[in-house]
Amino acid sequence: MPKYIGKEMSRVDGVAKVTGKAKYAAEFKVPNLAYGFIVTSTIAKGAIKSLDTTEARRAPGVIDILTHENYPKPAPPASTELKPEINANVRDKSFRALASNQIFFNMQPIALVLAETFEQARYAARLVKATYTPEKQLTEIAGSLDKALVPNPERAAKPRGNPAETFKSAPVKIEAEYTIPIEHHNPMEPHGAIAFWEGEKLTIFDKTQGVYVVRRHLATSFNIPEVNVSVVSPFVGGAFGSSLRPNYYPALTAMAARVIKRPVKVVYTRTQMYTGHGYRSDTWQKISLGAERNGKLTALIHDSRNNSSTFEDWLENTTNYTRTIYACPNAHTSQQLVRTDLSTPAPVRAPGAVSGMFALECAMDELAYELKIDPLELRLINFTDVNPDTGKPYSSKALRECYRMGAEKFGWKDRKFEPRSMRDGRLLVGWGMATGVWGAFQQAASVRIALKSDGSAHVASATADIGPGTYTVMTLIAAEYLGLPAERVKFELGDTKFPRAPVQGGSFTTASVGSAIYESAQNIRRKLLEMANKDAASPFKEAKIEDVEMTDGKLQVKNDPSRFVNISELMRRNNLEELVDVHEAKPSPEREKYATGAHGAQFVEVKIDPDTRVVRVTRAIEVTACGRIMNPKTSHSQEIGGVVWGIGMALQEATEIDHRYGRIMNPNLQHYHVPVNADVLNVETIFVEEDDRIVNPLGIKGMGELSMVGIPAAIANAVFHATGKRVRNLPITPDKLL
Amino acid sequence: MRPFKYTEGKDETSAVRAVVVNRESKFLAGGTNLIDLMKEYVERPNELVDVSQLPLAQIKNTSNGISIGALAKNGATANHPLVRQNYPLLSMAILAGASGQLRNMATNGGNLMQRTRCQYFYDIAMPCNKREPGTGCGALEGINRIHAIFGWSDKCVATYPGDMANALYALDAVVRVKGANGQERTIPIQDFHRLPGNEPQKDNNLEHGELIIGIDLPKNNFANKSYYLKVRDRASYAFALVSVAAALETDGSNIRQARVVLGSVAHKPWRSGEAEKALVGKPATDATFNAAAEAALKEAKPLAHNGYKVELGKRAIVLALQRAMNGGAE
Ligand SMILES: Cc1cc2nc3c(=O)[nH]c(=O)nc-3n(C[C@H](O)[C@H](O)[C@H](O)COP(=O)(O)OP(=O)(O)OC[C@H]3O[C@@H](n4cnc5c(N)ncnc54)[C@H](O)[C@@H]3O)c2cc1C
Ligand code: SF4
Repeated sequence: MPKYIGKEMSRVDGVAKVTGKAKYAAEFKVPNLAYGFIVTSTIAKGAIKSLDTTEARRAPGVIDILTHENYPKPAPPASTELKPEINANVRDKSFRALASNQIFFNMQPIALVLAETFEQARYAARLVKATYTPEKQLTEIAGSLDKALVPNPERAAKPRGNPAETFKSAPVKIEAEYTIPIEHHNPMEPHGAIAFWEGEKLTIFDKTQGVYVVRRHLATSFNIPEVNVSVVSPFVGGAFGSSLRPNYYPALTAMAARVIKRPVKVVYTRTQMYTGHGYRSDTWQKISLGAERNGKLTALIHDSRNNSSTFEDWLENTTNYTRTIYACPNAHTSQQLVRTDLSTPAPVRAPGAVSGMFALECAMDELAYELKIDPLELRLINFTDVNPDTGKPYSSKALRECYRMGAEKFGWKDRKFEPRSMRDGRLLVGWGMATGVWGAFQQAASVRIALKSDGSAHVASATADIGPGTYTVMTLIAAEYLGLPAERVKFELGDTKFPRAPVQGGSFTTASVGSAIYESAQNIRRKLLEMANKDAASPFKEAKIEDVEMTDGKLQVKNDPSRFVNISELMRRNNLEELVDVHEAKPSPEREKYATGAHGAQFVEVKIDPDTRVVRVTRAIEVTACGRIMNPKTSHSQEIGGVVWGIGMALQEATEIDHRYGRIMNPNLQHYHVPVNADVLNVETIFVEEDDRIVNPLGIKGMGELSMVGIPAAIANAVFHATGKRVRNLPITPDKLL
Repeated sequence: MRPFKYTEGKDETSAVRAVVVNRESKFLAGGTNLIDLMKEYVERPNELVDVSQLPLAQIKNTSNGISIGALAKNGATANHPLVRQNYPLLSMAILAGASGQLRNMATNGGNLMQRTRCQYFYDIAMPCNKREPGTGCGALEGINRIHAIFGWSDKCVATYPGDMANALYALDAVVRVKGANGQERTIPIQDFHRLPGNEPQKDNNLEHGELIIGIDLPKNNFANKSYYLKVRDRASYAFALVSVAAALETDGSNIRQARVVLGSVAHKPWRSGEAEKALVGKPATDATFNAAAEAALKEAKPLAHNGYKVELGKRAIVLALQRAMNGGAE
């Protein structure tokens, strides 16, 4: 029986966070600190004609002002950061601040004012005067869909079967277009860094989802060895994909520190966050579904276009799960991009999947109404136990159970099929459902465990904790397999002094780093067993590594508590203060034989005022099958958070651009709406556990992104059920329902 | 933020004088609007005269109603027994605004003075006649989903965004101000805010240096038949798309007196004489309410993105009147 796994554990860093002891990147105290404030462009495309910094330089406290005119030549960018091993030849074309006078997007940085205080820097920044040679910009895909292109045709998906023909002749079909506006991550903590140099050595406190990615970026930017760069990022106040890539400010901050020979801090304002990192792209999707009268899908065509910048090709991976989520012999998916004069998009929680499944799951609902088949029933009719592209069976897929349990908890059987058929007093009631899907990824990750003779352990890995509870779950896994009380385990992350781990993204952290801890603990156990067996009186003669476990500070034979040694005593006898293991865990080749994934079903109730058309999500039940649940407490938090974000995406979120200026007009939390507490009513999250040791030894799948995938579609479907009105353009604000 | 001087207002007279003598100074009350705008470099005073400590926070009975101090906090005002009992419409309107934290900082005077939420007004890189006269109106042909459908000019299409003032219009409030010359004067609430015309930089008719000291509410018979309806993009912490302050006084089944004020549709709270005319003397039925709603929105002139406000405004009026008739129940 596990002691910790599967039991609720409160966040080990909770007290530090609520008491302010947890230090975020911009909060570190560094002596002699100078403050940088970014000045941004007011045009979207063209060139800077002149930059006048005279008045700004005279303002109180100003130390220096960096512009493209005096910015030292950085090293040419090397290969792309995110996946160097895959893209070794792909030049990193990410945006670099102050590299030239060219303007690629509105609110692009054009100067950095450095001053003794933040307020002085901000004031002087207002005094920098720029003139431009503007050019006409394009900042939306609507009206330019014909300009879409396929950046890597060789990698484009090939049709399965004969979708076009089958669609044409299908007895029942629907075809619909869906749009999603640009959306921003809006983490609570603004992005920021503090950088300082000691000779050729650079230290940076940064908000990031991957310290090694930032290290590499800075090493190549300054043409110095990677070991010369220390990146420290112990706490992150939310990131959601906005800090997967380094963004432009770490290099800018480090360069400023180099130029003025002082530590420098730069923090984005909320407004600067809207162009200082990526965003969910502006997306247009067309779904064509063909089916038999009995509901069996015969053709599925998903065409997707999204915006990118002019300097990088970004494809929103909307069609990723379209080909595999339903059994359908004929399918085709295509993704294209339109180059726009905006900064490059980025992954935003459940990138691609939530957008693609919004379109597909709304289309499935439309098909259900065309067929007059219950929407849940239609999903079951088209259920697949194998990946239809490869024919491989799923290592586990408890989606049927999710549907069943969700429907039961929700009371789905009492749903009346006809739109506008359910009421609560004067309110229109709508019930909608959808399917969620995400991968069960694992990446190579390393960890260092130091087991101490005093009965404690230090465990470290350069992963991140952007909020899901990584500190806690890693402590829990280490405590479990080292057989120590959780209080005696200290887990650290977010520092390049620790072994390499992948970025925190893709919902693969627990599977990746957790597996490393599990395997490393096994190595420790092996070493202890060998050590014990050097002793003639060892109780483990003959015992294999699988036969022993670490528990309560003892190494003991499983199922025979009488045969044990006390680990602390064993270590002391061997004059060992610390037993150290450094280990890298990799995904097992066994996975290749299977299809893998995590799934979920969402059931949503909306109540809509028949007059004002204000939509309230009164009930949401989300049932998720994502392997084994390590820590139910933080896991439920993840799922609830996903539902809340889904509510925002469905009903509120949109980054608005005035296309005459190519400028974002709501880059702040008063105009850009995200849900507030009053928008979140009853949310129930349930896990259907899967015991899947193929995905990884602990049976962990990701959940953080999965949690929001079906929600926007489920809400849109519920809105249709309540009103009879199909809104295909997010967000569904009251004006669209009048 | 531009560097500025901070002056503590010792009493009304010296505070007024301090602002009068400096064209670039402003009163500071709760700071919830002014400080935000200073950080955005939209407001650039070189001096703040802090009036928050002046003894102008009382709410008390008068011979003809109640008087509310300009520096009483929004929260304290909404929850005051005199307000709750006699002017529940005002309570409802205030509580529909902002959040608990903000209402505990925000003052009634500051609330009347709050500036528009037009996105172009907030972005100093964009044209805006209100912020910088002569630069043009960014919203007129730009993003104007939250903008005016009444009373706008081609110089400015902004709305007054607040909630409290809509109730004050319905309740015939009178604003008491301390004039630049040290004299007090009163301004009937409907003359307080302005339409943009050719001078959108002026939100209202207060002279520079005039200090709001109080708001007087006359007695009325609306207390048991009033309702504040706020329609917004999310359930809290958002400005209205459209709001309605409705109040009725009936005489048997007929309407004797009525107030219909629409919020977030114009540069000032929009009291609809047409709607009130359609109500007074008529039976309090849905047919009457519908006729009033039609009358209220008849002259609306929507912009490219806010046409929905016309239909939404009508529906909101009917709903608010129904609920007012219902004693405020939904
Ligand atoms: C996030 C957020 C959400 C909000 N939501 C809403 C909402 O939903 N509905 C709503 O109605 N409001 C809302 N507000 C606005 C809020 O009500 C106002 O900011 C507040 O009422 C202003 O009061 P204050 O005392 O803080 O004014 P200050 O910010 O101190 O001052 C505002 C202006 O009034 C002037 N002033 C202040 N007092 C006086 C006086 N006695 N005489 C003359 N001039 C004076 C100042 O010089 C300044 O120009 C919101 C504000 C925020 C920040
Ligand atoms: S509507 Fe008024 S506040 Fe908005 S941009 Fe136009 S002038 Fe400025």
